[in-house]
Amino acid sequence: MYVFVLKRIGLAFLVALFVSLITFLMLRAAGDPAIAMAGEGASEADIEFIRVQFGFDRPLITQYLDWLSSALLGDFGTSTYFTTPVSELIAERLPVTLKLGLASLIFAIVLATPLGILAAVYPNSIIDRAALALSVLGQALPNFWFALMLIVVFSVMWPILPPSGNSSWINFIMPTMVLGYYATPSIMRLTRSGMLEVLRSDYIRTARAKGLLPVQIMFKHALRNAILPVVSLSTVQFGYMLGGSIIIESIFALHGIGQLAWESISRADLPTVQAIVLIISLIYVGLNLAGDLINAWLDPRIRVS
Amino acid sequence: MSEKITSFVNDLPEPQLLSPRQAMVLRARNHSGFLLGCIGLISIILLALAAPIIAPFDPSKQDLLSRLQPPAWYEAGDMGHIFGTDQLGRDYLSRLLYGAQLSLIIGFLAMILSGIIGTTLGVIAGYFGGWADLIITFIITTRLSMPVVLIALSIAAIFGSSLQIVILILGLLLWDGFAVVARSATIQLRDAEYLVAARALGMPLWRIILFELLPNLRDSLIVVATLEMAHAILLEAALSFLGLGVQPPLPSWGLMIAEGKDYLFFEPWLIMIPGVALFLLVMSINLLGDGLRDITSPDGR
Repeated sequence: MYVFVLKRIGLAFLVALFVSLITFLMLRAAGDPAIAMAGEGASEADIEFIRVQFGFDRPLITQYLDWLSSALLGDFGTSTYFTTPVSELIAERLPVTLKLGLASLIFAIVLATPLGILAAVYPNSIIDRAALALSVLGQALPNFWFALMLIVVFSVMWPILPPSGNSSWINFIMPTMVLGYYATPSIMRLTRSGMLEVLRSDYIRTARAKGLLPVQIMFKHALRNAILPVVSLSTVQFGYMLGGSIIIESIFALHGIGQLAWESISRADLPTVQAIVLIISLIYVGLNLAGDLINAWLDPRIRVS
Repeated sequence: MSEKITSFVNDLPEPQLLSPRQAMVLRARNHSGFLLGCIGLISIILLALAAPIIAPFDPSKQDLLSRLQPPAWYEAGDMGHIFGTDQLGRDYLSRLLYGAQLSLIIGFLAMILSGIIGTTLGVIAGYFGGWADLIITFIITTRLSMPVVLIALSIAAIFGSSLQIVILILGLLLWDGFAVVARSATIQLRDAEYLVAARALGMPLWRIILFELLPNLRDSLIVVATLEMAHAILLEAALSFLGLGVQPPLPSWGLMIAEGKDYLFFEPWLIMIPGVALFLLVMSINLLGDGLRDITSPDGR
């Protein structure tokens, strides 16, 4: 077990390092940051000044190591647009996004797992078909369009929910529905297929044969095994939600890290963009690691192989 | 007694022996999702191809006197502009038709690019194993740990976005599905007898991979290709919606939704129409992909 955990942590560390290098190089190689920051109509001297001021004239590898070492200490530089330290901006905005992500995950799980279980218990029934239809629809629904349609319905036709802002929990209802619905199909499908597989297994037949109550069989014997892959999928989905919140937050004007990313991208605020990409990637890596470790803890077979 | 049995057996219909291909066609004909997806996608492709003929107006021709005309089914609408006009008086139906071209081209080219990258990586990792597999698996893991939307947006913002750059970004980001599937399928086939035979015959490596291995990956790769194409189309729309994808005046559906967003409160059909179009296209492709998976994999049903 310890070897497994150490191996996974080591791999996660390497991936995180590589991700940070790639995102750094991509954002730098994509264009001259000094020109982007100087804006349109800047003179050659202005650009040169910015280049020296921010150290863009040094070799890339020096810049990377310099950026990484201060990032590890929590110093992401100063935002060129907000002119405050990036770390403060992120600390201020991250809780909103985490709240949104968590609420969406709960929404998705609460919606998806019962549907998946019912679909597996009554295969090819109306419930199964409805659940399948729901997941096909969900995967094809552009999330930004779904968000706008919710605004049309709940803020324009029946004005019961506010279209934007983040003053109270009511503002989170629509963003949560959009982000959560996006994760529902995959969680539901996995619950269904896991449950179908388990229900066919020998030990469930044994449990039925010895006369256990169906409820007991479902929850105590079947679900515990069927839900295993769902746990790690949920952690990964949580990461996707944090990444996907950029669109949702900018539509609903929620002041989370997604909206911050959107603002800093459109203003070529390189230090902030870099910091956000790094942090979201690190959260992804961390969640993947957590998912694997949870799986190994729940399922001893994984540890051994 | 035995006579009875013989006559009974003789009366049974001749057992039909289907070739795998016939069986596949039969499964396809009975798969309603697959058929629905086919019909949907083919009609959208035909409409997109026919856009220059059937579009009633030039999609970029502005007519400021007839701005924001509602569609024909509204009281104020008329048949001249069936889907109404946008905020610059451009005919919405014409923009929608040309937008279909754009979505399909972007989705298709991005899918081809990511397919080439992902399949190459996956086949190399699966066929050679060892260090190659270790390194490529690491690259795949890294790619999966990067937030796609965020990175696509950042690069588009820095590069400046155009049609070519959007295709390039999507193609370079969405290859993970191909790589994962190609890798695991190759590992399964690596020691198949016909590959061992090909090696024993001294066939050059590129021939083995191109003519022996790849044809057997085709089915699973086509499934990934459809799903990734849908993914690319959705992502393009999202990028264009945020203003960092296809640039105006090109009639991208995402861009049309973004432009209609300002009129959300009074003219909701402006976002409804391109949104429904986008939804129908993506759903058709997804249904087709899911159907193909059911049809081509004998144990997947």
